[in-house]
Amino acid sequence: MSAFREEDPRINSIRTKIRLVPNFPKQGIDFLDITTLLLDPKAFKNTIDMFVERYKNKNISVVAGIEARGFIFGPPIALAIGAKFVPLRKPRKLPGEVISEEYTLEYGSDCLEMHLGAVQRGECALVVDDLVATGGTLCAAMNLLERAGAEVVECACVIELPALKDR
Amino acid sequence: MTSRNVEDRIQKISSVIRVIPDFPKPGIMFQDITTLLLDTKAFKDCIDLFVERYKDKNISVVAGVEARGFIFGPPIALAIGAKFVPLRKPGKLPGEVIREEYSLEYGEDIMEMHVGAVNAGERAIIVDDLIATGGTLRAALNLLEHVGVEVVECTCLIELPELKGRDRLGDKPLFVLVSAS
Repeated sequence: MSAFREEDPRINSIRTKIRLVPNFPKQGIDFLDITTLLLDPKAFKNTIDMFVERYKNKNISVVAGIEARGFIFGPPIALAIGAKFVPLRKPRKLPGEVISEEYTLEYGSDCLEMHLGAVQRGECALVVDDLVATGGTLCAAMNLLERAGAEVVECACVIELPALKDR
Repeated sequence: MTSRNVEDRIQKISSVIRVIPDFPKPGIMFQDITTLLLDTKAFKDCIDLFVERYKDKNISVVAGVEARGFIFGPPIALAIGAKFVPLRKPGKLPGEVIREEYSLEYGEDIMEMHVGAVNAGERAIIVDDLIATGGTLRAALNLLEHVGVEVVECTCLIELPELKGRDRLGDKPLFVLVSAS
């Protein structure tokens, strides 16, 4: 369910800035490209503001962002609400000791990692990515945080592809 | 804001960066900024220091190098009213791209930017977490200059001065918060 009623005028300014690129990364996939949103400072700011308004008084102390496009939206939200930012990364990128969560892709599997000690038991967390499709990546992210004892308050994405029945 | 205040903030930032020995391979002391991101005040101070430096310089483009440049670039861009342009590994950007090849210690890599992301004559800064040999930043610089952008400065949290990355940038200014030797 969208967090905001369609009447919020900022939604349209954001939606129109997202570019659809057909047949990427392969034939038949319509890729939703947020880089064009980032080229419009006002629309990018509106995007962040809408998330901040929703999360600022919810006692959230952790914003976890999924590599790599979650790194673009997560930190500005974290800074604005006074939370720490925790990057969730592909294997072997994080230099310290990590916990890993494997998840399935359409073909094969992948793995998401988080630094040990990044979150404390009982913290309230938000997971951020640019887009939710099947939800596999977000589930892996939630599992990582919950294994570390955090409570995932919500997952926040700029775009949802509801046809893929992610929730 | 006094210079003592700047020094204090830099000192704090430096103290929360974690050094991990032998990563990604033996002999390398890896400068880990993820611990900085866990310190809300230090992370904010870090962004503020960059914003204070660039906010009245008519900069319309903040280009960030994948992936850690994506963490620091967007908050700076938002605060100074500039657009954010991600510079990515090959095959990640979905639209038409221009690419720049650059050498690594062993082998080569490619950096890509979307066609049309920037316009000739725009003023830009390039952001990454760290400059080592300068190869990555040099590639980013080339990408932007090839399309007529004026790169005002390259900006990083950390410099490894022994690797002389600064020289690789030629006459392009480099600004860093912390020098790690």
